[in-house]
Amino acid sequence: MKGENYMHLEFPSRSTNEAFARSAVASFAAQLDPTLDELGDIKTAVSEAVTNCIVHAYPEELGPIILKARILPEHVLDITVKDRGCGIADVEQARKPMFTTGGEERSGMGITIMESFMTEFRIHSTVNKGTTVHMKRKILPRGGSK
Amino acid sequence: MKLTSFVQDRQLTLMLRGEIDHHSAREIMGAISAKVDEYLPLRCILDFEEVRFMDSSGIAVVLHTLRRMNSLQGKLLLQNIPPQPYKVLRTAGIEKLTIMKEECTQ
Ligand SMILES: Nc1ncnc2c1ncn2[C@@H]1O[C@H](COP(=O)(O)OP(=O)(O)OP(=O)(O)O)[C@@H](O)[C@H]1O
Ligand SMILES: [Mg+2]
Repeated sequence: MKGENYMHLEFPSRSTNEAFARSAVASFAAQLDPTLDELGDIKTAVSEAVTNCIVHAYPEELGPIILKARILPEHVLDITVKDRGCGIADVEQARKPMFTTGGEERSGMGITIMESFMTEFRIHSTVNKGTTVHMKRKILPRGGSK
Repeated sequence: MKLTSFVQDRQLTLMLRGEIDHHSAREIMGAISAKVDEYLPLRCILDFEEVRFMDSSGIAVVLHTLRRMNSLQGKLLLQNIPPQPYKVLRTAGIEKLTIMKEECTQ
């Protein structure tokens, strides 16, 4: 059994970094030997979390996004996405499917997707301080065959 | 995004390509709108075969196209959807709003 492994990244809230962030986590997750479907779920959840920082946390300016991933025992990938942006006044409302403050270009499904694609999902937010999304995904071990 | 399109008997097929996220969505939405406005189709088909990744930004692209087709009293159809975008579209309940033809295997 390998010891704990982790990675930390920080990048500005530029939309080009959405693809970078999800590929970085996918590359990191590769050591757990995930299936294509599991990898798809992880990339989607990371893309949602990072996009929310870019679109909502820093609507008018660029700000830092901190992305961390860790391997926990029992084949669990643990991901944290953090911003120091505007925060969310009512988190319960934000979690509701179809709720959006983003108008026509958004569908209000990002948080719902993170919740349903990951094994665990938590969100913590303070207005004018920022938002942290914490998610875990268990990767089912495969019988050595690829 | 360069959007490949075919038109036949007022049926417009648009081949989406690459990764659909917030970064690319506005351009894709614009490209779809331009084609729909040019051809005013009765049926619009979005083909997902070449879509390698899609997040919720793609849901907004589909809903936007659906509203435009509804306003033309036309139909929207989604086809050849790989598993990853398919799951995202399913989670948003898109299959209740429009026709999602076959899921393609990768
Ligand atoms: N990091 C964040 N900072 C500030 N507000 C946020 C953040 N993440 C989410 N929100 C708020 O929560 C709402 C719901 O987020 P969610 O990701 O579910 O939907 P969306 O981003 O509006 O649309 P979609 O994700 O479908 O494109 C957002 O509209 C926004 O108001
Ligand atoms: Mg979102």
